[in-house]
Amino acid sequence: MNFPLMPDQASNFARPYDALFFVLTALTILFTVLVGALVLYFAVRYRKGNRVDRSGAVESHLGLEITWTAIPLLLGLVMFWWAAKLYVDTRQPPADAMEIFVIGKQWMWHAQHSNGVRENNELHVPVGVPVRLTMISQDVIHSFFVPQFRIKQDVLPGRYTQQWFVATKPGKFNLFCAEYCGTQHSEMGGYIYALPPQEFQKWLASGGDKKRPNQPTMADLGKALYDRLACANCHGSQDSERGPSLYGLYGSKRRMTDGSVVEATASYIREAIKNPYAKINEGYQNTMPEYRELTEEDLLNLIAYIRTLGTAKAPGPVLGNAGPAQIEGGIR
Amino acid sequence: MSTAAPVLHGESPKAPPSYLQAGHTIKSWLLTGDHKRIAVLYLIAVSVFFFFGSLAASMIRVELVSPRGVMLESDTYNKVFTAHGIIMIFFFLIPAIPAVLGNFLLPIMIGARDLAFPRLNLLSWYLYMAGGLCGVLAIAFGGVDTGWTFYTPYSSMYSNTNVTLTIIGAFIAGFSSIATGINFIVTVHKMRAPGMTWFRLPLMVWSSYATSLIIVLGTPVVAITLLLVVMERVFHIGVFSPELGGDPVLFQHLFWFYSHPAVYIMILPAMGVINEVITCFTRKRIFGYHFIAFSSLAIAGLGFLVWGHHMFVSSQSMYQGMVFSLLSYLVAVPSAIKVFNWTATIYKGSVRFQTPFLYVLGFMGLFVVGGLTGLFLAAMSTDVHLTDTYFVVAHFHYVMVGGTIMGFLAGLHFWWPKFFGRMYPDSWGKLSALLIFAGFNLTFLPQFVLGYLGMPRRYHYYYFAPEFQFWHIASTAGASILAVGFLIPAVYLLWSLKYGEPAGPNPWGAKGLEWTIPSPPPTTNFLETPVVREEPYAYDAEAEEREDQSKEPIRA
Amino acid sequence: MKTEALHAAYQTEEQPLHHQFEEVSQQNESYVVGMWVFLVTEIMFFGGMFLAYVLYRWRYPEAWYEAHTRLDIPLGTTNTVVLLTSSLTMALAVHFAQLRNKRMQLAMLGATIGLACVFLVIKAFEWSAKFHHGLVPGPGFLWDGSVPMPQAQLFYSLYFGMTGLHALHVIIGILVIGVLALLTFLDHPLVKNDFIPTELVGLYWHFVDIVWIFLFPLFYLIPK
Repeated sequence: MNFPLMPDQASNFARPYDALFFVLTALTILFTVLVGALVLYFAVRYRKGNRVDRSGAVESHLGLEITWTAIPLLLGLVMFWWAAKLYVDTRQPPADAMEIFVIGKQWMWHAQHSNGVRENNELHVPVGVPVRLTMISQDVIHSFFVPQFRIKQDVLPGRYTQQWFVATKPGKFNLFCAEYCGTQHSEMGGYIYALPPQEFQKWLASGGDKKRPNQPTMADLGKALYDRLACANCHGSQDSERGPSLYGLYGSKRRMTDGSVVEATASYIREAIKNPYAKINEGYQNTMPEYRELTEEDLLNLIAYIRTLGTAKAPGPVLGNAGPAQIEGGIR
Repeated sequence: MSTAAPVLHGESPKAPPSYLQAGHTIKSWLLTGDHKRIAVLYLIAVSVFFFFGSLAASMIRVELVSPRGVMLESDTYNKVFTAHGIIMIFFFLIPAIPAVLGNFLLPIMIGARDLAFPRLNLLSWYLYMAGGLCGVLAIAFGGVDTGWTFYTPYSSMYSNTNVTLTIIGAFIAGFSSIATGINFIVTVHKMRAPGMTWFRLPLMVWSSYATSLIIVLGTPVVAITLLLVVMERVFHIGVFSPELGGDPVLFQHLFWFYSHPAVYIMILPAMGVINEVITCFTRKRIFGYHFIAFSSLAIAGLGFLVWGHHMFVSSQSMYQGMVFSLLSYLVAVPSAIKVFNWTATIYKGSVRFQTPFLYVLGFMGLFVVGGLTGLFLAAMSTDVHLTDTYFVVAHFHYVMVGGTIMGFLAGLHFWWPKFFGRMYPDSWGKLSALLIFAGFNLTFLPQFVLGYLGMPRRYHYYYFAPEFQFWHIASTAGASILAVGFLIPAVYLLWSLKYGEPAGPNPWGAKGLEWTIPSPPPTTNFLETPVVREEPYAYDAEAEEREDQSKEPIRA
Repeated sequence: MKTEALHAAYQTEEQPLHHQFEEVSQQNESYVVGMWVFLVTEIMFFGGMFLAYVLYRWRYPEAWYEAHTRLDIPLGTTNTVVLLTSSLTMALAVHFAQLRNKRMQLAMLGATIGLACVFLVIKAFEWSAKFHHGLVPGPGFLWDGSVPMPQAQLFYSLYFGMTGLHALHVIIGILVIGVLALLTFLDHPLVKNDFIPTELVGLYWHFVDIVWIFLFPLFYLIPK
């Protein structure tokens, strides 16, 4: 039986994280030993009957009080600052990160790569490439936890959350659900496989573990859904009376009827489909039906398709041309 | 005993019967208004709950010896850890020190005949028992599996266990602590004896007062929150369920708004006990009285502003997290102030290594580790990896078990002669203190490592990562020692009720009003209202040592 | 300070003293402080729901506006007047209790109970109309407005939750005032020659009134 002392360092966050962790550990040991030693030393030295000088004991000393208030406070502020800085890094993915979508449900993880490859309770990622996970839960709250990457993010129902990382070494790492989610909570886990970039590309192109290449991409599936639901009747290539066009929607700033300005993020688009009255674009009526029956997977596919219609920064192609060529790397 | 003359009134020749002798019928106990009897009722009740909570803990530890479990289904395992959490938090840790030691001592320490509202005090015990009964019934009818945190939407829409009944139990128990809190606040404000100014109050009274403030301000919020969960389960009104337009994270905010301060409800009274015991067994005046008193209030105040540090990975905004993290560092400072002041109190004292003092040493060792590891969890970045792992489990056990239970045992051993008028065998007491300290560390130090390795909490199986097993086995081994450590006091304390040496009014030579009256005290505590003429903790180690040395011949 | 002077003015030798207190003024102050602390817990109790209200109103302003138009403003206004008047009669009951005018004290307590019952009856009419229109949260919730159903349902969840909790406090108030009136009528030692019980019940009743003062504009008077 082995007794490991620390988890593998396998992401860009691991080393800076451990540096802070070890400093905090050192401080903990230092103060514990300091207090413990003082207490024991005083207690033994001044034990009853031991003839030592007990004169001049005071019952308060302002200088001492200020000292032992100020030192922990200052140390604490330094630690706070250091930790907050690292935290900010973990919450700000680079713009060119590769995107993978994750759906949590009782009791499994489901991942979708943008080219249509899917996996359950496993996630393959390339080494050295920033990866951004967009995650949502179908039921209760879960939490996506990879100890070797030092990352954890709750996965909520009804709202997308994000996590990013760069895997720094190839290997097989633990994936856990860290938020209690019911009977088989402890079995809602699996493995992250970090592969060298070329190998990862090969794996992705070959259709993943199930070896099903050339699956329809997420955007393809989204387009099929877009056609089946006849979204184009109201949201065509041009703004119509009934609804605004979705071209160039993603990432743009939209003005709402109540005067507020909202950025068209994935969460916004998801809400606009599921629950169109929450926010209404200026100049339009609330006439859109609620598509409440769509699954989280459908919604992710639709959003993937809408992204291929161009972002605010890069005008999209005309309708019908959104083939795989444009999508490759397009789902940023 | 002591040379100073705080004797406000001695034992009169025709002493009235003690509170234990004033009526022997069951009715005289169950309808009593006497705060001391209610404290004993609470002592019995919390001990029973502690026993069942520990039983659940033992099942958890046995189960985790193997990566695939030993005897339970996952379903049952989840119910067991939920039962452990709910029993220990709502029915042991929160009431233990305030309702047992506080109830018994608070009126005596300030020179009052009783709490301001004796009937409300009795009502609070009945509410506690009613809440406990609901909890017991919920377990008997099949248990509940949400964890003590009741996170939505799992608790409100998905779990098909007895969530409603359990929540009603916690809700009722909440009103029991509210009743105690109101009673303490009014008593401290209005019932102090002549001369008992605010800055002559024993520090235990200060910390009970601060605790009561937290109870009064926090508990109603969790009560309404849990009620909303029940309404969502029963009537489908959707305040927390995203399917019904609500927000599950709102539940977490409301829940932790109470439940983080609740940690201070558990630890502040223990800190209060430490002040009383440490001064007595070092024969020293407390160092920095005002700093300790005000740090209790600072903890009570700041404690309400840090709840968000439970939610750094819950999707709350980054800036919100920063504010909570910063405030969490600030709330650590008053605790540090207390620890340093206690250390300084020992300096130049006359230290007696008797059982209560050993528990105080244990408290200081464990609380320092518990407090410092809290800094890992208040720091936003380190919290990301450690939250919801065994690191958190180890941290809060160091604070709650290492802090609250060590404080409770220190207080129980200190005031046991006052409660029941008899002494327990000191050597067994010392042995149990050592066993608990050693067993505790062996149980929970490995869990810090487990948490850092990534073992999530509330996990039944860990076959995905069998390398965790070594640390789990170490932890279970420690838990067995801990169990023995807890059993020994149960035996010798019960034994002492009948066979212990009579203690007399002041077996420790301690200061404070409670030691000026007989043990066990008469029903009205004081035969005549005491008048307080001196500062608290009027010990003089130097003088006592001098006197001792003058008595005995100098050793050759 | 002012209340203390008042208490001193009305306090007499006859007022009963419980064993744990040294003197009557200490006893009176203890009960009043205790009641105020209890009211603080009540504020926190309602506070959780007010927080939920603020959050969702801020999140769904349109739904809040539209859903509130289905509430009956005339009935709500009437209820506000009724409850405010009951606070006046309650204050008078305390006044007469201090003056040892038992007849007027009982009359005022009776009036308070009567007004509280009127409040509940009006409330019952309002609620039954909501039941009738399918505006009760749950599987049977019917919504034909232009804002989405879940948001309107959330409004009504909070409406029923908060006014329901308030109505529960009104019912408890009626019971407590009833018991107080009965004990006063019987010259029970618990209340005889002691105006403090009436004063405590009065404080509680004013609290119930104040909660409604907040609920009324928050639910019935939402600006566009």
